[in-house]
Amino acid sequence: MISTMECGADAQNLISISLMKIHNSRTQRGGIKLHKNLLVSYVLRNARQVYIKEKYAEIYRMQQYEEVMTVCNEIQELDPLDLDAEDDEEHARTACCGEGASPCGSVCHRGAAQPAAHARTASAVFGCASLEEDTREPDPSYYRSCCMEASPAPHCDQLPASGSAHCNKTTVLDLDTHVVTTVENGYLHQDCCCDAPPLGQGAQTPAKKRKVEPGCYVSDVEEISDFTAARKRAKREDCSYHSLDYTDTSNISNLISIFGSGFSGLLSRQADLEQICSKQVLASLGAWTRAIVAF
Amino acid sequence: MKCFSRYLPYLFRPPSTILSSTCHTEADIISTVEFNSSGELLATGDKGGRVVVFQREQESKSQPQRRGEYNVYSTFQSHEPEFDYLKSLEIEEKINKIKWLPQQNAAYFLLSTNDKTVKLWKISERDKRPEGYNLKDDDGRIRDPSTITSLRVPVLQPMDLMVEATARRVFSNAHTYHINSISVNSDLQTYISTDDLRVNLWNLEITDRSFNIVDIKPANMEELTEVITSAEFHPQQCHTFAYSSSKGSIRLCDMREAALCDRHCKYFEEPEDPSTRSFFSEIISSISDVKFSHNGRYLMTRDYLTVKVWDLQMENKPLETYQVHDYLRGKLCSLYENDCIFDKFECVWNGSDSVIMTGSYNNFFRMFDRNTKRDVTLEASRENSKPRAILKPRKVCVGGKRRKDEISVDSLDFSKKILHTTWHPHENIIAVAATNNLYIFQDKVN
Repeated sequence: MISTMECGADAQNLISISLMKIHNSRTQRGGIKLHKNLLVSYVLRNARQVYIKEKYAEIYRMQQYEEVMTVCNEIQELDPLDLDAEDDEEHARTACCGEGASPCGSVCHRGAAQPAAHARTASAVFGCASLEEDTREPDPSYYRSCCMEASPAPHCDQLPASGSAHCNKTTVLDLDTHVVTTVENGYLHQDCCCDAPPLGQGAQTPAKKRKVEPGCYVSDVEEISDFTAARKRAKREDCSYHSLDYTDTSNISNLISIFGSGFSGLLSRQADLEQICSKQVLASLGAWTRAIVAF
Repeated sequence: MKCFSRYLPYLFRPPSTILSSTCHTEADIISTVEFNSSGELLATGDKGGRVVVFQREQESKSQPQRRGEYNVYSTFQSHEPEFDYLKSLEIEEKINKIKWLPQQNAAYFLLSTNDKTVKLWKISERDKRPEGYNLKDDDGRIRDPSTITSLRVPVLQPMDLMVEATARRVFSNAHTYHINSISVNSDLQTYISTDDLRVNLWNLEITDRSFNIVDIKPANMEELTEVITSAEFHPQQCHTFAYSSSKGSIRLCDMREAALCDRHCKYFEEPEDPSTRSFFSEIISSISDVKFSHNGRYLMTRDYLTVKVWDLQMENKPLETYQVHDYLRGKLCSLYENDCIFDKFECVWNGSDSVIMTGSYNNFFRMFDRNTKRDVTLEASRENSKPRAILKPRKVCVGGKRRKDEISVDSLDFSKKILHTTWHPHENIIAVAATNNLYIFQDKVN
């Protein structure tokens, strides 16, 4: 049980600070300090655990868990392609992804005090919006995953609306063998969105666009590559998280992609993106803490 | 406790710059200090890759009050900044560690290392030079052979003492990660160099190969949970060494058991107290330094808030734990924000293993007497330094009413930190590095 009594430490604030440290370490003289980044990743993990606990405690206090599930079930019947609040979404996504390098999806972080806040948090981390505005899919219910490479100039593959499979790549450089490993996830967010009932939609909020079905990702877990297999191990570690079905492998890859290339883009929009990064980080699994060191 | 009641303050500044207490260049920050095995020499390394060696004056009967002062003996550039083109990484020239080799002849030898390369330096004196060559003049100009009508035998003439440092060996390309420590074996033939994930064993004569004896790199880097933070050979047993980890554990290894010492023969760890768990538990439990006692029976480790002495025969808990600056426990959040929580403090034994010393913030350093259980906080500062004056013990006020001469926790200057200290092997002389200044304190013994 982590004490949060020191200096009024705010978990979300710590997460932001830690992400900034990791980002800064990449440009420090002398190269990335493995030891320091490992310690920072531990702080990130601890802060995330506290944040999740606090959030869940808050939710549970406000509403019973069964009611939350009822809300979720009700949401499943909602029309996922409700375009009324699309303008807000578009605006948010533009804000997030105006920088070419940002893989960060427009995350719903409005109206945090919602009964379905936890669900929204989960959905918030799913997917990432398109990087290039001109080819952005007009339908906000679809998410583009970004192909991120270790090079400083990441790019994003755009998918046609028909939803052909695209790759979700993450690249890891082993400093010893100089082997570059690129891991691909052949999963399509759109498919999952279409097939499975969306989760975590507050009926009253524009966030209901953020639908991703954790279930569909779980079903795909068995087919994942070694890289994401590590996330699977990390999922088992984090029991409380797992029990609420917030296991999403693509979130980790998004996060790792963020760490790999998107920081400058992310952090240029400090206020929004702190929220975004925090939310995404919080909803991810333990593997990202170790993925950081892979850089 | 025999405290440092009298001291001789020496403020040694790098010769090329003029410094004040607030203005200095980054390159002048001292990054390591080390006495040699006799205590005659004291070496310092700085962030600019330079090594400055001080030598103790011989005591003279004519000036008994100038007893054993340290003066600059040699200065040389040990490491230069480099660029790894393959990985597009700059390699800092900062000297991470210096270790002396025991003296075996007239010359002195030391190992110095930056993040990637270890070098063996020979420091030797030259006080004679040959004069009277036939083929060249005394100033070096070549003589026209046709003008030589007679031969002479060159003779050695005295000259002003010159101390020269030459790099005798360069041990490179063996570390992917950053070297954090080096340690010379008691066999005087081998040494180990340690980075975040590996320990390599070298022969001092052979530079083109080393043996990897510890490798904790996981098959999948995502599973990395700890790194090696320091390693040291046992002072007497040439087959034993210890290495500390970022998780707060120490492993003792015997090189006779296997070529690869991944399996430890002893494992020292104190279980974490769950009531003190915080966001920063992993950081403050990371060990920043490990040192064997001179007698080889104990290990000392330094983590962010404490110093612990371990008995090699007892693995499940330390023999003694000393709180260095526990008042910082409530400030870990701000120390994390300003990166101070990542500071790596070192710790040292005195010659008889009865007193241990380590640094803190505000240019404070702490000494703990293991026998009397008394401790003292002293300050290395120019304002308080007058020749022959007495070092006054300092006290940090942790709450309540602050007495006169006490300093409150909020007034501590966290930019003034003492990370590196060293203790003379036989006498009560200590060297303390405070940013870019070196203080040498001596206990007056009649």
